[in-house]
Amino acid sequence: MSHIISILIENESGALARVAGLFSARGYNIESLTVAPTQDPTLSRMTLVTTGNPEIIEQITKQLNKLIDVVKLIDISESTHIERELMMVKARAVNGGREEIMRLTEIFRGNILDVTPTTYIIEITGEKSKLDAFLNTVGEDNIIEVVRSGTTGILRGERGLIV
Amino acid sequence: MELSGGEILVQCLIDEGVEYIFGYPGGAVLHIYDALFKQDKVKHILVRHEQGATHAADGYARSSGKPGVVLVTSGPGATNAVTGIATAYMDSIPMVILSGQVPMAVIGSDAFQEADISGITRPCVKHNFLVKDVTKLASTIKKAFYLATTGRPGPVLVDIPKNLTDPRVKVPYEYPKTMTLRSYNPHVKGHRWQMKKAVDCLLEAKRPMIYTGGGIILGEASAELTELTRLLGYPITNTLMGLGAYPGTDKQFVGMLGMHGTYEANMAMHECDVLFAAGARFDDRITGIIAEFCPHAKIIHIDIDPSSISKNVRVDIPVVGELKPVLTEMIELVKSSDRKPDPVALTNWWKQIDGWRSLDSLGFDRDADVIKPQYVVEQLWEMTHGDAYITSDVGQHQMFAAQFYKFDKPRRWINSGGLGTMGFGMPAAIGTKLAFPDADVYCITGEASIQMCIQELATARQYRTAIKLVNLNNGYMGMVRQWQEFSYGSRYSQTYLEALPDFVKLAESYGHLGLRIDKKADVRPALEEAQRQKDRTIFLDFHIDPTENVYPMIEAGKAHNDMRLAPGVNPDAELA
Ligand SMILES: Cc1cc2nc3c(=O)[nH]c(=O)nc-3n(C[C@H](O)[C@H](O)[C@H](O)COP(=O)(O)OP(=O)(O)OC[C@H]3O[C@@H](n4cnc5c(N)ncnc54)[C@H](O)[C@@H]3O)c2cc1C
Ligand SMILES: Cc1ncc(C[n+]2csc(CCOP(=O)(O)OP(=O)(O)O)c2C)c(N)n1
Ligand SMILES: [Mg+2]
Repeated sequence: MSHIISILIENESGALARVAGLFSARGYNIESLTVAPTQDPTLSRMTLVTTGNPEIIEQITKQLNKLIDVVKLIDISESTHIERELMMVKARAVNGGREEIMRLTEIFRGNILDVTPTTYIIEITGEKSKLDAFLNTVGEDNIIEVVRSGTTGILRGERGLIV
Repeated sequence: MELSGGEILVQCLIDEGVEYIFGYPGGAVLHIYDALFKQDKVKHILVRHEQGATHAADGYARSSGKPGVVLVTSGPGATNAVTGIATAYMDSIPMVILSGQVPMAVIGSDAFQEADISGITRPCVKHNFLVKDVTKLASTIKKAFYLATTGRPGPVLVDIPKNLTDPRVKVPYEYPKTMTLRSYNPHVKGHRWQMKKAVDCLLEAKRPMIYTGGGIILGEASAELTELTRLLGYPITNTLMGLGAYPGTDKQFVGMLGMHGTYEANMAMHECDVLFAAGARFDDRITGIIAEFCPHAKIIHIDIDPSSISKNVRVDIPVVGELKPVLTEMIELVKSSDRKPDPVALTNWWKQIDGWRSLDSLGFDRDADVIKPQYVVEQLWEMTHGDAYITSDVGQHQMFAAQFYKFDKPRRWINSGGLGTMGFGMPAAIGTKLAFPDADVYCITGEASIQMCIQELATARQYRTAIKLVNLNNGYMGMVRQWQEFSYGSRYSQTYLEALPDFVKLAESYGHLGLRIDKKADVRPALEEAQRQKDRTIFLDFHIDPTENVYPMIEAGKAHNDMRLAPGVNPDAELA
């Protein structure tokens, strides 16, 4: 099962390398990793999606916590949370395909960001599964390029990941 | 006070109370060396290879409990130090490594002697820093010492670009008295409820076993461990790193456990119903095959590092905390409990253990004409009344030292367990001797290992650190040869050491004493000669039985109750 681990980490050079290095050194999987500063410029927030049995996930969170730069972390997939990923798709849009893709974009509540006589760039946000579904529906043949941000997430309600 | 970066570094060391710094100069640290030159509070020990600096600082740290400090130049100086940093990391040894770096303006340009040492060491340090601002130098050094010595100790590297130490640039200096980091709060006190559960479980045991490791020594908790163990009357075993944490000559001590542990320690591990683990990390050299590890036991585990708990073996009652306060509290809980250890069960358990013990799994041919390595170590132990500092290298000689020198005190046994670094022993002995100038410091080594840092004979000479080298010379990389004998049909691929130097002449050429010992009758007199030498380093080259193996042995993929015993030792004869 996928776990979404949100991490508050000191915004120091090398902090990202420490996290990435930990995963490669210990043979853990990273499905996706996003990182950006928070409202407090001394802190970055990372969202890391990983897989593994409960023992491995336990070790991953312990090892991450052990990194000196890590201030706090939480496995948000263990509580009610909201997760989102942003995707941009450059799709081939010719003849009847143009209408079809526009319709699909509407169904998936996406936006068309760029239009040329032969292509569209579509923006979609949502859970990973929704993005996967969109790609499946559009079909491999029509897809020129895909870029995804990786999952980010936040806990619902009062609880949160704050210092 | 306004100081340059180089002066700040030196002043930080003085304010931190650093006695010795082990190092080797070079371009990127010239300003620092110049600042060192102008004072005499911090003594610099010039090694002959940066690996030697790290091992010497490590030996100093292991014996004294104080952090070891290393200073190396950029590029090759820093990369040479990596093996010693990794060695300290694996055994959780407090160390601060200061490395010079190329000036900030050229970082990233493949400048002369540039190496990304923070990148290179990231996986083998507790933490590292690249300092970019001279006004942050003092606080960074304080952080480095704070991190290295608290929680689970470990090496911390501080990389310092050369321009930061420029003597012309002076900034106000103040060394922080204390340090806190919002992202680092090592656990100290154990969870009361967990400790209660642990004590209840311990007191209910019918076949209890105490298994402790290096954490007891690192956490200065020997006295508490000894008190608790005696209070309970339970058998205790130590890992290789834990030897000396509990008196090795005490009858409750059943010897080391693991791959080359005693029969009784490993059998008791296999049969116990409650395992009390403290400051040990369930290394694969002690667990054997995990699926068959302590199959009947409920496991209690105390460790300061949550990631040590349930990493390799699932633990039933974890306690995260510093051993000294946790054991102190547990002693109180045991004393105030209405439960007492079950005397009948305990008597039966000890009977069983004594049966295993009667097998004498460490027995060796005491009547042999040739010099047996075990004999040399046993004689050394007798002669020094078990009170010397013993460092070692890696191989069979290390295991013989661990098995036959019965350490009664912590910090007397200094060896590389986790990384298993050949070359560790002699520089570590130098560091130990500097920490305890009046103590007898022996390095038990092998002819292969000693050659990995042999150049440090010069350091021993320069600083008159009178150490005693006991070379158990079997002409082989014995430990590897043993595996080849057992598992590769005695095909001794590349483990025979041809072209060995004449160690006596070698030692003499460095200005030391050397003795070659070929006859058993000369073993004790040679050791006594070494013991008499208080001012000079002496190299004893013992030519020992080249075929001797270390027993017992749990081979790869085997369980604790599946040991390979010395020829002639028959487990079926036990209790007979
Ligand atoms: C050739 C060779 C053969 C070997 N054979 C054996 C063998 O037969 N048997 C054997 O035991 N080993 C053997 N080893 C050593 C082995 O590889 C490991 O190094 C060793 O078993 C680890 O010891 P440890 O579990 O005590 O852990 P250490 O590495 O000493 O770890 C200490 C633990 O204590 C914790 N700790 C530290 N400070 C504190 C504190 N203040 N409070 C609480 N917890 C703390 C740490 O977090 C860590 O988990 C061998 C090594 C070599 C090179
Ligand atoms: C730096 C390093 N390289 C290789 C090894 C693998 N190794 C472990 S023991 C050993 C042989 C050691 O030989 P020696 O020092 O003569 O000791 P002996 O086993 O003969 O007592 C080797 C090569 C190691 N531990 N460290
Ligand atoms: Mg040898």
